[in-house]
Amino acid sequence: MNKVMSNKWIIALYVLPALLLIGILIFIPLILTGYYGLMDWDGVGAMEFIGLDNYIAALQDLKFWDSAWHSFLLAIFSTLSLGIYLAISLILASKIKGADLLRKIYLIPMLLSSVAIAQLWIKVYNPSNGMLNYLLMAIGVENPPAWLADTSIVLYAIFIPILWQYAGFYILIYYAALKNIPESIIEAARIDGASPFQIAYRIKLPLIMSVVKVTIVLAVVGSLKYFDLIYVMTGGGPNGASEVMASYMYKLAFTSKDFGYGSAIGFLLLIITLIVTVIVRKATATKEEIQY
Amino acid sequence: MGRIGYSLLYVFLAIVAVFQIFPIIWLFLFSLKDNREIFSGSPFAMPTEFRWENYLKVWESGIGIYFWNSIWITGVAIILTILLASMATFAITRMQWKLSKLVLGLFMVGLMIPIHSAIIPLFSMFLSVNLYDNPLSIVITYTAYNLPITMMILLGFYYTLPREIEEAAIIDGCSIHRMFFRIILPMTMPVMSTTVIINMIYNWNEFVFVNTFISSDKYKTLTVGIQNFIGQYMTDWGAIGATLIISVLPILLAFVFFSNKVVEGISASAVKG
Repeated sequence: MNKVMSNKWIIALYVLPALLLIGILIFIPLILTGYYGLMDWDGVGAMEFIGLDNYIAALQDLKFWDSAWHSFLLAIFSTLSLGIYLAISLILASKIKGADLLRKIYLIPMLLSSVAIAQLWIKVYNPSNGMLNYLLMAIGVENPPAWLADTSIVLYAIFIPILWQYAGFYILIYYAALKNIPESIIEAARIDGASPFQIAYRIKLPLIMSVVKVTIVLAVVGSLKYFDLIYVMTGGGPNGASEVMASYMYKLAFTSKDFGYGSAIGFLLLIITLIVTVIVRKATATKEEIQY
Repeated sequence: MGRIGYSLLYVFLAIVAVFQIFPIIWLFLFSLKDNREIFSGSPFAMPTEFRWENYLKVWESGIGIYFWNSIWITGVAIILTILLASMATFAITRMQWKLSKLVLGLFMVGLMIPIHSAIIPLFSMFLSVNLYDNPLSIVITYTAYNLPITMMILLGFYYTLPREIEEAAIIDGCSIHRMFFRIILPMTMPVMSTTVIINMIYNWNEFVFVNTFISSDKYKTLTVGIQNFIGQYMTDWGAIGATLIISVLPILLAFVFFSNKVVEGISASAVKG
């Protein structure tokens, strides 16, 4: 038995196809990104080694820092919106009839492609014929904003579809965690005279804190990677007001044909994502698992 | 809590439901209207007549090809991903070898990677091996990038399979391949179906790889195809609406029929950052 189950050839046959695929298509490209970042290169012609010039340029590039700042803002908004999702989940998990159907309805936007979501919300935000401004004008707003064309609000306007898209996902996670809390604990608190708000805040919330921390990591790290929705909705515009790290990198490489510099930004995106992941994981690390 | 309190909660939850669902209903409504009706009437009005010809028009002018490409690329990548992920998970969890933990670690690191950091080298790799503008590049990229999450979902199930099954099979003289394909794989059917759903959603909705590695219209999938298409039909809202509805319909239908599996799959994928 053990001889068969530790046959090196068979193990190689089963593991290597998958391992080679992630090695060639995930890990090697990540290393190459850092390497290409050291080059002056248009993507087709010869590469010229220029040392750390691209990385130094990136650190002094205001557009890069602006895009990083926008990614950071989206991470903050996403984290704050977890509070809304949590409130909805607490209500949903408190013996609501039809909770199962409701959470499925909430999940629907999550199933659509970011491209479809972006195209749909471009229409929602359309200044003259969109649903939103129609509503605003119907309630008497005289000059509703041109949402995606206004540099001071475009980032907030983009965040609404993000909020909409991910609501069902986080509610699903919280709802499952809340349903896992033994009914006896809640019952005991109720008998002791705790109000629904006290039960939610003092008992349920601490009990699902480990799940909340995982979702904070997901929200922050996910935000740093936003691309599709923004690329389709605004292309980073107007005038860079909604540019994020990934869209800036993409534009440098595939529009400006500056593959060397784009690679350097791509590598910085990787490093920043990994560092932030570690920091957020550390900051939210649970010291002891809650027992019940 | 009193009855009024509960009623207020229901009203609140219903408002959230309307917020989540209404933009999609609005999209469906305007997909059946013509511009005159869209621009002059209320966006909330029912279409005066249901203009299904919007759907026919966009389907015939190219969406059909994108739709077919999305189907076969999604399908082939799902089969390949789940086959390779199952094999690797089997070897890692059920067979004895020193490096299994390390190899598993490598796959799990793959969960944290921002794909955009790899896209420039992938592009130049495909260019140099003549896979640029070839759907094969998309299939293998989807497979590679979905392997980690698929294995993550499979792992738990594989760990709980009883050893006795393998022992009995081997004592009976069954080869390891036969055991894997005839005994183990069928046993993992429930968890495999979860990974099918999650892979389907990811592949169907994927945008950036196709947008970067494919240039010919005949190979584009829906997400990228509808982008071009909408560019052409800039002002024809009915056509745009119909295009978007066609592009999201298969996944929505899957959700109607397998909603519990979809919920399970999305919950299981929560580890993906």
